[in-house]
Amino acid sequence: MSNNVLEMKNIKKSYYGTTVLHDINLSLKEGEIVGLVGENGAGKSTLMNILFGDEVIASTGGYEGEILIDGKVENIGSSFDALNLGIGMVHQEFSLIPGFTATENILFNREPSKKSSISSIFGDRLDTLDRKKMKDIADSAIDKVGVKINDSMLVANMPVGHKQFTEIAREISKDNLKVLILDEPTAVLTEKEATTLLMSIKNLASRGIAIIFISHRLNEILDVCNRVVVIRDGFVVKDSDIKSITIDEITKCMIGREVGERKRDDRNFDGKGVIMSIKNLYVDMPGENVKGFNIDIYDGEILGIGGLAGQGKLGIPNGIMGLYDAEGDVEYKGKKLDITKPICTLEEDIAFVSEDRRGVGLLLDESLEWNVSFLTMQVKNKFLKKILGGLISYRDNDEIKKVTDHYIEALNIKCTGTKQKARELSGGNQQKVCLAKAFAMAPKFLFVSEPTRGIDVGAKALVLDALKGYNVKHGTTVVMVSSEIEELRQICDRIAIVSDGKVAGIYKASEPVEKFGALMIGAGV
Amino acid sequence: MKNFDLKKFLADRSVPIMFIIICLVCIPLSGFSTSYLFNEIVTRVARNTFLILSLLIPIMAGMGLNFGMTLGAMAGEIALIFSSDWQIWGIPGVVLAMILSIPISILLGALCGTLLNMSRGREMITSYIISFFINGIYQLVVLYMMGPIIPILHESIKLPRGYGIRNTVSLLNLRQCIDNLISVNILGVKIPVLSFIIIIALCLFIVWFTKTKLGQDMRAVGQNMEVARAAGINVDRTRVLSIIISTVLAGFGMILYLQNMGNIATYSSHSQIGMFCIAALLVGGASVDKASIGNVFLGVILFHLMFIVAPRAGTVITGDSMIGEYFRVFISYGVITLALVMYEAKKHKKKKMKDGGDNEE
Repeated sequence: MSNNVLEMKNIKKSYYGTTVLHDINLSLKEGEIVGLVGENGAGKSTLMNILFGDEVIASTGGYEGEILIDGKVENIGSSFDALNLGIGMVHQEFSLIPGFTATENILFNREPSKKSSISSIFGDRLDTLDRKKMKDIADSAIDKVGVKINDSMLVANMPVGHKQFTEIAREISKDNLKVLILDEPTAVLTEKEATTLLMSIKNLASRGIAIIFISHRLNEILDVCNRVVVIRDGFVVKDSDIKSITIDEITKCMIGREVGERKRDDRNFDGKGVIMSIKNLYVDMPGENVKGFNIDIYDGEILGIGGLAGQGKLGIPNGIMGLYDAEGDVEYKGKKLDITKPICTLEEDIAFVSEDRRGVGLLLDESLEWNVSFLTMQVKNKFLKKILGGLISYRDNDEIKKVTDHYIEALNIKCTGTKQKARELSGGNQQKVCLAKAFAMAPKFLFVSEPTRGIDVGAKALVLDALKGYNVKHGTTVVMVSSEIEELRQICDRIAIVSDGKVAGIYKASEPVEKFGALMIGAGV
Repeated sequence: MKNFDLKKFLADRSVPIMFIIICLVCIPLSGFSTSYLFNEIVTRVARNTFLILSLLIPIMAGMGLNFGMTLGAMAGEIALIFSSDWQIWGIPGVVLAMILSIPISILLGALCGTLLNMSRGREMITSYIISFFINGIYQLVVLYMMGPIIPILHESIKLPRGYGIRNTVSLLNLRQCIDNLISVNILGVKIPVLSFIIIIALCLFIVWFTKTKLGQDMRAVGQNMEVARAAGINVDRTRVLSIIISTVLAGFGMILYLQNMGNIATYSSHSQIGMFCIAALLVGGASVDKASIGNVFLGVILFHLMFIVAPRAGTVITGDSMIGEYFRVFISYGVITLALVMYEAKKHKKKKMKDGGDNEE
């Protein structure tokens, strides 16, 4: 164990009174690739933030435990400490300057420069940049990554994959780089880009750089890592050589319970009434245009809408809820629905859980109580106490707290209490708050858009269960839009596949997955 | 495809195009001779361009249109009051005023920059209000402290009551000393060569500055403060520096402006200058986050062409010269409003497009 580049010993960390990391031990050898997996909220990000000296850590009271770099105890108080110690990080959100070229970004704030007479008087910041040298360094870093990126292309014009590679090139252009953290680098990449990335990760490791690889895609972990570390609820629950572990075992460790195929009984809605009838729906949503969508939705069913990205499935709920320009005939309970204004749809007890939970779904800087209740308050005048015969109404905070507490328990939302800000929750828990917000309205009809995007296996199962449970208990019709056909098949009664903005076909969810796959790629028409 | 590009090209330049049309309509109406127009334009370009150029660096640093340049203008006026009080005239007077203005500008710029760092995202409105606040201090200094506390030697610039500065300080002895030092007459148009050399030198400075480390840092800070900070750039300091540089340049610009005018309107010279410079820059097609030297020149020519021809055209049409005067003030505020609204709308649209794009993944 003498050649450990990095060792983290007994790391503890708590935020706002909740302990996120209890006791983490992690070590890395030179040239080793360690896969770090765990559910959202398990503590991966926090651990990496500690290692990279993120501001959040210092501002919330620092961390406990020891971090050893090359066998020496180091205190990482800021990201500059981390950089000086040779720790590099490729963030999930790109930390690139959009209007700079790849070269400028790779050498950002480390630009080689030329002295001039002016800079010798006024200081280094008036040195002129040495463009030629910058290009040379950037090119060699790009070569090491092993992909072709145009070094003079603006980052704003790059495809997503190239942005990711630019970040990696930036990290490896640093001479002292010892440990590279990759936080879900493949999440935004196409399959081909992801393969290239995995190749270049292996390539980097063979140059002696130790890599921490975080991913939700477990087969990537198996493919590229030497060792896998599973974190659950702030503990390391598994630290195993990659050869002696399978995907099932990893999944089991992550969520702490068995995941089986969820079976459900076929329900037949053919005889039941139609609750919503959509005819000739056109929605102008950039990248997700709907072009003449027709469907009848039965009262009480769970309808899945699937399809490839960009085919228009996301446009359907967004258009009907009035968030994007839409036209077409939508009849709800026999009445024509005005789909140009969100309030009209909401007043009909139709709720929507948006795929854009941070943008449309949540008030990030408000408490959970507010997030759960504001829509209901707005649309249905609930949670309001009336005095003077309804002349003045004010918030019924007790009632709001009661409802919020109820959903925190029912949906197992991990938080410190109803007063916590939505921003402080992890992605999966934020999604649950969005669901709670919709449920609190007691909707008769619920649109759910990509409810499991970017959340981990355990939270996924909970969200799906909650949706199914709500449907069964209250008879609410649910329309769920998702790109994961498997998850649609788990809870839906029928699944419609959308292709080029139109319905390509509708099957019962119990039909084999191949039939849906054929529809998606257009072979079923 | 070509058609689409043309539409976009025109849409992006709608403000300058609108002004070109206004000018084209007004020029024949005004009945001014070509040589008169050229003379006026050349004089005004020489007079104003330096001031407008001082706005570029804060825009690069993402701080928007710096209404705080008024602070630099005040610094320049104070410096000129001193140099005229000490009876140092001509080019030495101008140079002395510039040197004197530097410490005052740095002080005011640092103050303004620090305040703007505290009100991130609201730089423009804050700098606008700061200019009113500092105007109050300026008046306190010039109206009450000059005389009893700050020694003023010459009675001619003091108010009759014995302290404070007169409403107008004459700069007759350094009037147009720079403009006239090397001036050429081409086809009846007087060209102040030295003034233009100074303006070109400033342009070269700005171009050079963008190539320095500090310039690069400012561009980065302007685009994404968080990323810049994470990379180890001192964001606050960089932003303050951009405002200081802008203020110092605005001070110089004001001195050049006043040497051309030939007098200081002590209590009003600076009050509109920020507004007019920003309007001119916007007329040139700049936006809150993007401005080039080209925008400055196009803007200063179009804006002042309109200033010259619109009142006369108004007089010709309505028979009342006040209408024309009203028209040009109305237009300059209108331009600023329009440009700001269009900028926000464009930003909003872009953001919406981007969100839509993300959903594709």
